[in-house]
Amino acid sequence: MIEMRDLSKTFTVRVKAGRLRREKRTIAAVDGVSLSIGRGEMVGYIGPNGAGKSTTLKMLTGVLTPTSGEVSVCGLRPVPQRTALALRIGVVFGQRSQLWWDLPLRDSFRLLRAVYRVPAAEHEARLRRCCELLDLDGFLDIPVRQLSLGQRMRGELTAALLHGPEVLFLDEPTIGLDVVSKQAVRSFLGELGRTGDVTLVLTTHDLADIERLCHRLVVIDHGRVVHDGTIEQLHARYGSRRRLVADLDSPLPPGFVLPGATMTGTEADGHRVTFTLESITAGAAVAALVTAAQVRDLSVVEPDIEDVVARLYTDGRSAEGRSAEG
Amino acid sequence: MDALDASVPTISPGRPFRASVTTFRALMGSGFRRYATYRQATVAGTFTNIVFGFLRCYVLLAVAAGTVGATAGGYDARQLATFVWVGQGLLNVVGLWGWVDLSERIRTGDIVADLVRPVSPVIAYLAADLGRGGHALLTRVGPPVLVGALFFPLATPSRWLTAPLFAVSVLLAVVGSFGCRYLVNATAYWLGDARGPLVFWTLGSGVLAGLYFPLRLLPDWLAVTLWVATPLPGLLQTPLDVLVERDPPALQVGLVALQAVWAVIMLALAGWVQRRAERRLVVQGG
Repeated sequence: MIEMRDLSKTFTVRVKAGRLRREKRTIAAVDGVSLSIGRGEMVGYIGPNGAGKSTTLKMLTGVLTPTSGEVSVCGLRPVPQRTALALRIGVVFGQRSQLWWDLPLRDSFRLLRAVYRVPAAEHEARLRRCCELLDLDGFLDIPVRQLSLGQRMRGELTAALLHGPEVLFLDEPTIGLDVVSKQAVRSFLGELGRTGDVTLVLTTHDLADIERLCHRLVVIDHGRVVHDGTIEQLHARYGSRRRLVADLDSPLPPGFVLPGATMTGTEADGHRVTFTLESITAGAAVAALVTAAQVRDLSVVEPDIEDVVARLYTDGRSAEGRSAEG
Repeated sequence: MDALDASVPTISPGRPFRASVTTFRALMGSGFRRYATYRQATVAGTFTNIVFGFLRCYVLLAVAAGTVGATAGGYDARQLATFVWVGQGLLNVVGLWGWVDLSERIRTGDIVADLVRPVSPVIAYLAADLGRGGHALLTRVGPPVLVGALFFPLATPSRWLTAPLFAVSVLLAVVGSFGCRYLVNATAYWLGDARGPLVFWTLGSGVLAGLYFPLRLLPDWLAVTLWVATPLPGLLQTPLDVLVERDPPALQVGLVALQAVWAVIMLALAGWVQRRAERRLVVQGG
């Protein structure tokens, strides 16, 4: 459904290099990205600010012309066939609006029906379904400029789906939303993804979006793909481990070793211990622990994706620092 | 989500022209409704037009009164008053000033939402602008003309051709003005912000479109040069000259034809500039 081969985009910026002198500098926003996304996939596309996420999305939607490389979406070349592609994709830019600011939401939807040339019955059916899932009925007749961010975003999602797109590009759709609105957007997208009809590419800074929605995760940094795989593969690659936290009546005997695990923390004079599980299951670790001490409470903590991704970003920055120094 | 299937239907399969007309009409409607939302702004704008109408009318009538035969630039007092009062209303229909929609969307990066739609931005903005013009025609022309008629004797057309020719001329003026404004706004693609060109446009268009004074007051060689070499007289002066029957019918038809040529040129230029801009586009703000 989406193919990118060695896709690059460079921008030329002028920077001050003296009192009057300005120097041209070329910045690679996207640097040789190759990806293949199949029909019905839900892909999370993440990276730190300025990593090249939005630039990639803009090249995929035909808004920006790639500097080099090849790209095809729904079998079409996005820039030369932008109008044809627009009929087959839906786009939500979290920080932009595709709705008509001065008109009620309902009028924006009606206009989009005319713009995308959707038959009335299909439009009505899709709108009804979106109203049901996103709870739009209460604000359909309010001008877009008077909607809250959460309401507007639900309107934006509906607007992107009314023409039945094959691919949905979402650029930070939950940015700035409160917990309830985020939840509504996520469950809606989850529902959409379950049908397998729509291919979904989602960029976000909120990793909870990815964890709940996307099986596949692509991490981009400095314009390059640094990870492409499942969240589990990311954990495995960066050595993320589950942790066992135990509250004890008395500290563990001196020299206690839990085979296949490493003690990574002790608190409260040894009354709380944390083990990172490496080659031992949680069950076996618990069994070994209760034979060594009186256990009051136990919890198994899943690896945190935010920590892994933060490490990934930090590694990228240190690598960049090293290469700049070298 | 069974209803949100992935097909790409059309309103009129096999009838692309009809579908395009439907889309264009819907976008025109959006322009109309958008301006209909701001009723207080309409009233305030109309009031301002009327105040300036008095100023302009008294000045031009004073100029005419000081000449032999009480005519100025070939207009008698009635024609001058009509020129001013209809012009005050037409100013908003043509939308000479104040349109910054495109440049603002380029500056903020919101233009990206226009570019992911299956309609060319030039066509979409033209449709919305015609809707805006339609709203102005219904709400902004009547009041100044009525006030003008109460305080000054106005000229009424004597030739049958005048009314249809005036209608065509107004439509071409809106299209021509849209083309000019689109080009001025589109400078934001290169400059990042079109405020400078917009100030220049506001100053230049008021003088050269015949708003501040009829261009016929200028020496003939200059007036002719402006008409032939620029689209600006076609934005206001031509429709007003047609209405007040300043020239014989054949010349009036010729002026409207010239207006049509310029409207086509400006639209084509807007389309070309848009395509050029898209090739070098940098969407601002991430």
